[in-house]
Amino acid sequence: MIRDFTRGIWRENPIFVQVLGMCPTLAVTTKGIFGLSMGLATLFVLICSSVAVSLIRKIVPNQVRMAVFTVIIATFVTMADYFLKAKFPPISKALGPYVPLIVVNCIILGRQEAFASKNNVARSFLDALGMGVGFSLSLIILGSVREFFAYGTIFDVTILGKWYEHWVIMGLPPGAFITLGILIGLFNWVNKKITGRRQKLKSGCEKCSNCAS
Amino acid sequence: MKKIIQIILVLTIVGIISGASLVLVYNYTSPLILINQKKITEEAIYKVFPDGTTYKKIEKTKEDIFLVEDKTGKKLGYAFIAEGNGYQGKIDIMVGIKPDLKTLTGIEVLESQETPGLGQEITTNDFENQFINLQVSPEINYVRGKKPSKPNEIQAITGATISSKSVVSIINNGVKNLKEAVK
Repeated sequence: MIRDFTRGIWRENPIFVQVLGMCPTLAVTTKGIFGLSMGLATLFVLICSSVAVSLIRKIVPNQVRMAVFTVIIATFVTMADYFLKAKFPPISKALGPYVPLIVVNCIILGRQEAFASKNNVARSFLDALGMGVGFSLSLIILGSVREFFAYGTIFDVTILGKWYEHWVIMGLPPGAFITLGILIGLFNWVNKKITGRRQKLKSGCEKCSNCAS
Repeated sequence: MKKIIQIILVLTIVGIISGASLVLVYNYTSPLILINQKKITEEAIYKVFPDGTTYKKIEKTKEDIFLVEDKTGKKLGYAFIAEGNGYQGKIDIMVGIKPDLKTLTGIEVLESQETPGLGQEITTNDFENQFINLQVSPEINYVRGKKPSKPNEIQAITGATISSKSVVSIINNGVKNLKEAVK
């Protein structure tokens, strides 16, 4: 059960491992706060849709499952959109069309098809929570790194003083690609180190070629 | 046959529940959304007219034009939203102008998608404050790389001439439309 939750955060992290949902990832992470809000909106939609899909999984005929999933996802996305517009207008303005676009975020439909439609409510909930938290954390890291280099702040708190010449490109689309590329590389490197050590512990040094020594 | 009925039933029920819950959320949020939009307009109007206390919309015109008054009921001027294209997307500007339609009282950029760090500087007070008490007749001009010398000139932002130029021409157009509307 606990693996359903942790899987989304590390081993199958939606951004760094599955590389899903790239368009909101690249577009909205100009600042940490936008990454956080986008992550939370996606988390909300993911949990609600996974629970709903899991609840009705036995009565939905196979032929129309996609249509049903899409209607459910769209409903929750519209709710999240209205809610942000009503309660947090500046954030809603900054995220622009990317909130309604959560409907077509492949992480969400992917989890319904791959998990929620086949598992019980509790496991689907944990899976959605893990994936959502993994997605949010990745967006926060990406947003904070870009914000730090582009504006010298993190979550609008000034880290580097007035002397810092803003590195404008990090706030622009190319900055998103550069940062994402470096982060994915870093993520894989750390991952390789960990699995390498695990195999070494399991089988001794003779059978393993993951490290040089 | 049984399958078809099941398909129809499930789709209908899911549709009805989704629709109904959206109606509930919409009824709850839509008044709040309207209040937010009104608040943004209101703040912008009082920014271009710091002494203003009341405003009313002029109903006759199809554009949004607001007549602003101070607390003694003196007419301070008109506030209106001018819109047009910038370097990357639409720019919306709240413009305040004195009743003689010759001098601006200030501007506030409401919406813009210019390049961060360059064009987006049009939203800073440094840029916007240049428009306070600016003459609009015959029309606003911009100068590059030197201090403005005439009462109808502003200094364009270095590296963002197109954005600065857009703001100037959007305001010029807006003033022209206003003159026709309130004539």
